Amino acid sequence: MIKKQDILCLAGAAVFACAPLVLDAYWTDVLNNIGLYAILALSLNIILGQCGLFQMGHAAFFAVGAYTSAILNTMFDIPLLWTMPLAGILAGLFGLIVARPIIHLRGDYLLIVTIGIVEIIRIALINDVGGLTGGANGIFGIDRPMLFGLKIKRPYQFFYLIWGFCAVTIFLFHRLENSRFGRALNYIKDDDVAAEGSGIDISRYKLIAFVIGAFWAGMVGTIFAGKMKIISPESFSFWESVLLFTIVILGGMGSIRGVLLGAFLIIGLPELFRDFASARMLVFGAAMIAMMIFRTQGLLPPLPRKYDVSRFFSKAEGEQS
Amino acid sequence: MEEFFQQLTNGLAVGGIYALIALGYTMVYGVLKLINFAHGDLFTIGAFLGLTLLTSLGLTDSIGPVAGLLVLAVMVVILVGVVGFLLERIAYRPLRSSPRLSAVVSALGASIFFQNAIMLIWGARPLVYPHGLLPNVTVNVFGAELPLIRILMFVISVLLMCGLYYLTHKTRIGTAIRAAAIDQGAAKLMGIDVNRVISLVFMIGPALGGAAGVMVGLYYGQINFTMGWLYGLKAFTAAILGGIGNIPGAMLGGLLLGVVESLGAAYISIAWKDAISFLVLILILIVRPTGLLGERVADKV
Repeated sequence: MIKKQDILCLAGAAVFACAPLVLDAYWTDVLNNIGLYAILALSLNIILGQCGLFQMGHAAFFAVGAYTSAILNTMFDIPLLWTMPLAGILAGLFGLIVARPIIHLRGDYLLIVTIGIVEIIRIALINDVGGLTGGANGIFGIDRPMLFGLKIKRPYQFFYLIWGFCAVTIFLFHRLENSRFGRALNYIKDDDVAAEGSGIDISRYKLIAFVIGAFWAGMVGTIFAGKMKIISPESFSFWESVLLFTIVILGGMGSIRGVLLGAFLIIGLPELFRDFASARMLVFGAAMIAMMIFRTQGLLPPLPRKYDVSRFFSKAEGEQS
Repeated sequence: MEEFFQQLTNGLAVGGIYALIALGYTMVYGVLKLINFAHGDLFTIGAFLGLTLLTSLGLTDSIGPVAGLLVLAVMVVILVGVVGFLLERIAYRPLRSSPRLSAVVSALGASIFFQNAIMLIWGARPLVYPHGLLPNVTVNVFGAELPLIRILMFVISVLLMCGLYYLTHKTRIGTAIRAAAIDQGAAKLMGIDVNRVISLVFMIGPALGGAAGVMVGLYYGQINFTMGWLYGLKAFTAAILGGIGNIPGAMLGGLLLGVVESLGAAYISIAWKDAISFLVLILILIVRPTGLLGERVADKV
């Protein structure tokens, strides 16, 4: 059965897919950045929004993925998109290793530890660990991604790559949200003691959420490396993590629609405020405060889960007869 | 040994600064359970205000260096306290009953706002505190020659911390602050005006941060508009290290972090200085999940 909502979503996506036809290269590139941050924020949303873990170091996983791809591509000449799964796996593995000992920390303690991890990664990259990361200059000369024999280099080509990936992400994460796993994460967020009492192994679920988020952020790192051709430690600072954190909270924790809207606002608004010239970030900061004051739950908080009770009853009756 | 002693005292002096800023984080956290991410920028405002007042009023020439700096520090402390008061009124009070993370985003917005306001007012380039305000002499302590300013800095931070400890643990208003931190509802029933307590905390915390800003300006000589991020982050680390919400914990955490960082930079690697302090934090939290002096929170079911 096709629902009215789905048709609206598809229609919206179709209109959005025409955007590069009417926009110039600059604004298409802005949309590409929004897309990258949207996918990253969606992956953070699993950890922070769905599971309620205060994670402010998401750029660390993004960095691991981007550097994995860049090193494999420049040193071993592996085509960039082939490195994507490995970038994800390494980022996920890294997530597993760092999250394992700290997963039991409470709210704000976890927050500072994740900030610490992103800073340690950045310092390690600057100090050129193992002679692989190129120090403060980073790695340059990364190949463009090739897809079905087509070299992706222009903004509009990246637009379809990034937003295509984003569409896949939205679909998969939407399925995940409504699965048994997604419900368990939401339960942990709302009341972890009750969740544990109901037989949910909370450390295991929290860890899986971390690994999924890290895995996905690592894969976005590959696309980022292909888009920029140069990556350096500055691209993965604490500030990036703060932006992602803000996107998820501002959009509405745990809501995919909200996170997408958040990405458009947080990455897009500074572009629109260009008229304010040097004061644009000042206006941006004030706008952040104002948005939080007027929408304290975030802009589009997740809708309450709905269950069709009548269907449940009719099924039960059917079993009786 | 001489080198070690120099690094140790330097670490204590820097640690005193961290502790002063960390107190602001921990006091606000104590009453509101909010991480005030704009606190580091209030510290920067203190440093810049101090420089402006120093150069425009010329107090150190008219009433002598010591009295001049003292009057200056008092003015900065009051002004930064007022900024903190306004910050709470505008950015945090409307979010009092909303989810905790919404207030965190508001704090991040305030931080961006302050940082850019400082840049627009004082410019993006680093500014330099005038030289020779304090006599550049060294003092012989246990056979080591230590700069006077380093000793003064440590002594002043310890005095301020003692003052704060006295205020929070021995006076009526301090009792009210601690009561509001434990249970706001019960404190209200006992006739404590919780809103006034919160306003007061938002004046005391930033005031200490502002004082730290002036000291950093005098010690390092150079200030820039982004320095609040790093000092804020370090101080927040210190507050967590000691157990957030705990006032003696913030003092201990700050001093410990300063010493670890200073010794780490000297004996391990200066390039890894910041990484070492975070690594120590992570290791301590793995062993003690609520910080050094933090109480274990039992789950109530």
